[in-house]
Amino acid sequence: MRKNKSLIARIVILACALTFLYLPILMLIIYSFNESKMVTVWTKASLHWYYELFSDSQIGHAVLISLTVAFMTACASVVIGTLAAFVLVRVRSFTGESLFVLLITAPMVLPEVITGLALLMLFVSLGEIIPWFADRGIFAIWIAHVTFCSAYTTVVIRSRFRELDISIEEAAMDLGAGPIKVFFAVILPAIMPAEVAAFLLSFTMSMDDLVITSFIAGPDSTTLPMLIFSSVRRGLSPEINALATIIVLIVSIFTFFAWLSMVKKQKRMASDAAKAAKAAKLEQQRSTFHSKI
Amino acid sequence: MSTGFSANMSFIRRAFQAKRRPTKLSKPHNRTWRDYALILVPYLWMILFFLLPFLIIFKISLSVSEIAIPPYSPLVTFEEGAMQIILHLENYTSIFTDEDGTYFRSYVKSLQVAGLSTLFCLIIGYPIAWALATCKPTARNVLFMLVIMPSWTSFVVRIYSWMTIMKRDGLINDILMGIGIIDSPIQMLQTDFAVYVGITYCYLPYMVLPLFSALMKVDYSLIEASYDLGCRPVKTFFNSLIPQTKSGIIAGSMLVFIPALGEYVIPELLGGKGSILIGRILWQEFFNNRDWPLASAVAIIMLIILVIPIVWFYKIERKEQEKLYAQK
Repeated sequence: MRKNKSLIARIVILACALTFLYLPILMLIIYSFNESKMVTVWTKASLHWYYELFSDSQIGHAVLISLTVAFMTACASVVIGTLAAFVLVRVRSFTGESLFVLLITAPMVLPEVITGLALLMLFVSLGEIIPWFADRGIFAIWIAHVTFCSAYTTVVIRSRFRELDISIEEAAMDLGAGPIKVFFAVILPAIMPAEVAAFLLSFTMSMDDLVITSFIAGPDSTTLPMLIFSSVRRGLSPEINALATIIVLIVSIFTFFAWLSMVKKQKRMASDAAKAAKAAKLEQQRSTFHSKI
Repeated sequence: MSTGFSANMSFIRRAFQAKRRPTKLSKPHNRTWRDYALILVPYLWMILFFLLPFLIIFKISLSVSEIAIPPYSPLVTFEEGAMQIILHLENYTSIFTDEDGTYFRSYVKSLQVAGLSTLFCLIIGYPIAWALATCKPTARNVLFMLVIMPSWTSFVVRIYSWMTIMKRDGLINDILMGIGIIDSPIQMLQTDFAVYVGITYCYLPYMVLPLFSALMKVDYSLIEASYDLGCRPVKTFFNSLIPQTKSGIIAGSMLVFIPALGEYVIPELLGGKGSILIGRILWQEFFNNRDWPLASAVAIIMLIILVIPIVWFYKIERKEQEKLYAQK
């Protein structure tokens, strides 16, 4: 009886939660196919706003900048994250470790207005010494994004590092592999799933960042979120609906693949566990058989 | 915090690895110069681009606004061979003794909005996390992905979606009027209500993830035992479930509260003239008034308020980490 009740409770809770989470997005998608300029009055289905969107050169430029920055950010923050994770898991308890952990944790929670302001002040101050920092273009945005994305990549990669069995590395060392060879031949293949996850995570975060980028970006480097924000501030526009629909579509494709890999991994783990259990059982049977003899 | 899916992948991993076989503990090996070289790259990056900027805004907060490039007065000046260091405390005093009390009120209001939103996230997020953690593994995977997927889409787009349905002629008003609860549309946009909804909606996944991870590790036999001993569900909840998920509750609350305190985008788009939160003040001082020193002082005070929650979050993170080591 209690079990039945809790099942119903679970279904109700999850149905409400998913409605809350998806209703606004769903409405956005539906109205992106509306012909009328009024976002909330339905007239006729059409792809008019998609056509408008694709012929908008400003958006095209912003997408290009965002993609460039996101790609460079993802690459760099995976490298920094891997180094930091390696240091935190393998080297451990070095001088200044707690400061290091704090510096890696803080960017995840700190309000973005503070981080953005602080980084801009840094660039302005550095610009007085090195003029290169003063024109705040793509590279400045890249540095800012790498700084906060590295915090996340470190966390993701670190948790995978912890699961590694160090004896495999030691075996490779004993067989004469140097530390660099061990890293590329043993460690890297083992942490690859986390590297991919960290790459995608920092890519999406860099694509999505608005506040920090608004502080840093100079007049020529408007990213996609900045463009969306300024257009939303002016009022509702069906073009943004169309853009949002495309973003949601891309994200759901990626989510589907993430889910697929998760299911695969769990199946593999389950079958490994089943095999181990079977082997143990066989072993036990054999030993009882022997003891009987 | 437009940090996309942010909120800590570690929570997910921890949750799913909870029941795995422990692997051999790696012992820290002897440190060589190579290790120090490895430490140096991420360490220097974070010090240069994360720690140093804060020292710089602290420095700038002690100067005054000037019409110059950069638009603030220098701290150290040389005049006729004498070195002068001038520390202006005007920015700080003006924040506290401002006649309208705008700054002080906006700090209080930010604390209130962030605190209440955190509470809403907790109240909504806890049942969701519980439902996720206790359902069948196959369904769990799908539902889990569905719950966090919205946070991977664009932050601004999610707020925009609420603007469309909370409009005067938006979906919510249409439904309420259709049922006959209200006669004329209610103003929802540009009110504090909209800000609460927006923050709760955007930050909900960051609350659900750590709670989910904590609930996955709960020893449900203890709950059964408490039932068998005759405890009512409410008592069981407060005496058994809450203490077992304490670290998840704290981590989730901090992940919502800290970034929500400085939130700029949500009050700007959903809130009205009255929703003056501190993130908005900072933005205005910086972009509209171009008063960099004052904006820096506002940021420094916000940082001081946040020191305690950040350290709390950091301690929880470290404790979880040490627990993992101890397990292995």
